[in-house]
Amino acid sequence: MADLQSPLGAAYTPGNHGNAAGGAGVTLQERTNVSLVQVTAWSSTIPTVLTAIGSATGVIIQNKPGNGRVAGEKSVFGFAPGRFMVTSATPDIEQRLRAAISPELGTIVVLTHGRTVIRVSGSRVEWVLAKLFAIDFSAHAFPVGAGRATLHHDIHTLIQRINEETFDLYVFRTFARSFWKTLGHAAEEVGYRVE
Amino acid sequence: MIIKCPYCGPRDVIEYTYQGDATRTRPDAASTDQNLWNAYIYDRTNPAKSHREFWLHSGGCRQHLIVTRDMSTHMISSVAFSRDNKNVGDQR
Repeated sequence: MADLQSPLGAAYTPGNHGNAAGGAGVTLQERTNVSLVQVTAWSSTIPTVLTAIGSATGVIIQNKPGNGRVAGEKSVFGFAPGRFMVTSATPDIEQRLRAAISPELGTIVVLTHGRTVIRVSGSRVEWVLAKLFAIDFSAHAFPVGAGRATLHHDIHTLIQRINEETFDLYVFRTFARSFWKTLGHAAEEVGYRVE
Repeated sequence: MIIKCPYCGPRDVIEYTYQGDATRTRPDAASTDQNLWNAYIYDRTNPAKSHREFWLHSGGCRQHLIVTRDMSTHMISSVAFSRDNKNVGDQR
């Protein structure tokens, strides 16, 4: 299979940028070779679909708003009622989900080619992301594993907290370069490294 | 204005799209009463008090909501998924 071409193009410039005093406050990275699958349950099949996602991925989450979990190279999180993002570094995740979830249980949409995943990490990550999104990034409001759906200047974004100082941002591929530049500007104040 | 989405929690109004008056009752599809249809489509009372409205959380979970909002103070007294609250018409 041909490798996906990054939509970030020339805007993706590895190295240190912005305020050099005190080192890089955040690190930006594009996650590549990760499969993204959106699973949507019918209103009556949500618990069954969550069980099926668990059997296909080994990652079990609860049917609560924004609940999610990260397990190694896999992650699952909810971002709307009965709607879940499933990610994995192994491309057979789609086949495993299709085998576990029939159309009677829900629908499966592969978004690998439609989204760009940007990983933001570092001690100032909450500060930088709070400049862009009007949601609470503090650990008590946005725990590890949890997912959120929100907006930045009309660019719809899914966010999952990977650990205390790391978030994955899922943005539309066609808006990714514009968003990447804005993210860089927001991070200039604290200094950032692109890997 | 902050609207507390039942799924996403409190979010700024910029994430939402107003989708109209939720107090209307659609006439019978077979009705040919033009005054009835005219009233349904065009007549709005615009009360300076509590009002039921449809909102779409377009910048979040994309769910349709019914918001009860005071039109003079913007105080919101309730937010619920519209699918759980079949519109029962004018409740003023």
